Amino acid sequence: MATTAQGALLTRGRRRALAWHTAAVAVLIALLYPVVWVLTSSVKPADEILSSFNLLPTEATWSGYATALDGIADVPTWRFFANSMVISVGSVIGNVLSCSLAAYAFARLRFRGRGPMFAAMIGTILLPHHLLLIPQYTMFQKAGLVDTYVPLLLGKFLATDAFFVFLMVQFIRNLPRSLDEAALIDGCGHFKIFGYIVLPLLRPALITTAIFTFIWSWNDFFAPLIYLQSPENYPLPLALRLFVDSSSTQDYGAMLGMSVLSLIPVIAFFVAFQRLLIEGAATSGLKG
Amino acid sequence: MAGTSTDTVIPAPRRGGAASPEAPPRRRRRSHDRSAYVFLIPWMLGAGVLTFAAMLFSLYMSFTDYNLFDSPRWVGLDNYTHLLFDDPQMRVSVLVTLKYVVVATPLKLAAALGVALLLHTRRKGRTFYRAAFYLPSLIGASVGAAIVWRLLFSTGSVVDRALGLVGIDTGGWVSNPSWSLMAVVALNVWQFGAPMVIFLAALQQIPRELYESAQMDGAGPWQRFVSVTVPMLSPVIFFNLVLEMVHSFQVFNSAFVISNGTGGPADSTYVYSMYLYELGFSDFRMGYAAALAWVLVLVVGGVTALLFRTSGRWVHYAGDEK
Repeated sequence: MATTAQGALLTRGRRRALAWHTAAVAVLIALLYPVVWVLTSSVKPADEILSSFNLLPTEATWSGYATALDGIADVPTWRFFANSMVISVGSVIGNVLSCSLAAYAFARLRFRGRGPMFAAMIGTILLPHHLLLIPQYTMFQKAGLVDTYVPLLLGKFLATDAFFVFLMVQFIRNLPRSLDEAALIDGCGHFKIFGYIVLPLLRPALITTAIFTFIWSWNDFFAPLIYLQSPENYPLPLALRLFVDSSSTQDYGAMLGMSVLSLIPVIAFFVAFQRLLIEGAATSGLKG
Repeated sequence: MAGTSTDTVIPAPRRGGAASPEAPPRRRRRSHDRSAYVFLIPWMLGAGVLTFAAMLFSLYMSFTDYNLFDSPRWVGLDNYTHLLFDDPQMRVSVLVTLKYVVVATPLKLAAALGVALLLHTRRKGRTFYRAAFYLPSLIGASVGAAIVWRLLFSTGSVVDRALGLVGIDTGGWVSNPSWSLMAVVALNVWQFGAPMVIFLAALQQIPRELYESAQMDGAGPWQRFVSVTVPMLSPVIFFNLVLEMVHSFQVFNSAFVISNGTGGPADSTYVYSMYLYELGFSDFRMGYAAALAWVLVLVVGGVTALLFRTSGRWVHYAGDEK
């Protein structure tokens, strides 16, 4: 009697496990279908891309990638990559430096105006940034900085991505104060405490900030679209747009090839840091 | 700078030049750290100039006629009255955006919550699935993903054919005015991984005893979901709702790329930000565009405030409850 009950339980357990995996795999297929589709379609012969249901190409061709690598508007594709890299790495450096400085002050120091300033900082997180586009563009235009990277990078060095300031404030608040206090007694100033104690401990938050900043700047489209004019300054997303716009022949292979190339760094970051990314997103409500 | 209020009992030789000594520990607690302002210089510049000055500037601009080259001409409330009562383009973009927000936000949250519930288990493989489901949130905002979407949903392509097999003929979503916005919605819903991981983290915080006692009281799975999971998750549902909604109002990239920069077909994907973009950066009607942006901020602010006011009725914070 007892054994049959146990046996029934087991099979029921197994059936439920099977149901769970089936459901999860179904979601997985639906979600990753576009990713697989773009990968396989990018090596399909051009006439098969839209018209064929088969995920796999009848024969693989790299001509799409070859066209994509040639570049556009007399600018080779490596240049767009390099531009994207400059913008993204610049943004990372800016955000990591400026946000950690501000976060240290908000989390650890007492100063006049701290409450209102902190509230203002939080307020800017939810402020639709469309509001700032028009006046900022006007300011940068008057300063003769349109078609340079200054409008794209200046804000990063001035901690305008308040989300990351908030993320780091939360992190620093959870660090034990005893270390700072010991350092204070040893005669360290706040700059030393920040540099030698807080910054090293803050590393997980800094890495989260760095990865998200990199991916967001790498994908960013709106700001480059309004600020950059000459194709040789374009980062990849703008180049891609140009590519789609001007390929009158509808060269889908090249379009997809270029899309894949532009996504590779993001996917690489994801594979390397997925745990950190997801934990960062879960604890701070970061948008992907 | 020199006012760094570091204190020390014994003047330590290792002290850095920036630090100046001499406030006994007791006083330090009450006094202010002036060095804070040094740490805050970048933030203060950014918030002061790039945010607050820019906001004031934009408010001023919204009352002027300004084309970036001639000096601004004060027109009072003209921009706003024209915008609200006399601008068919504005009306179109508002309707498209509202439709987008109303459809995309709940769908995305429902997908996020549903899949989070699925992954809230101790089964092997859950971390793999969690990671895989999160991936679209990272790549979905890119131009590359939007191009893929444009091709997947175009006439004669995969989605069109698949729907054709079950007898639904849309002629490709991208070129069909009654479906094109749904392609943009689908791209956004595809990125449900971001709210999903937040839901998952919150699900893990719900004490097991609550489920156990609900079960003892004879509650079935659905009742347990409604009377334990939903109330316990409500703060996070609220958080995600506000975040996604504010975000949805600002949709741009996906609509822009999927419609190839036109907002078409027949203005069906002509979202608010696309109108803003055209006014500001191809017509250079900066004053009018600034007014448009302020209207967006007021609407988003209003809806957020409304959500906060109604939240008292359905959001439960653990501390309030007995």
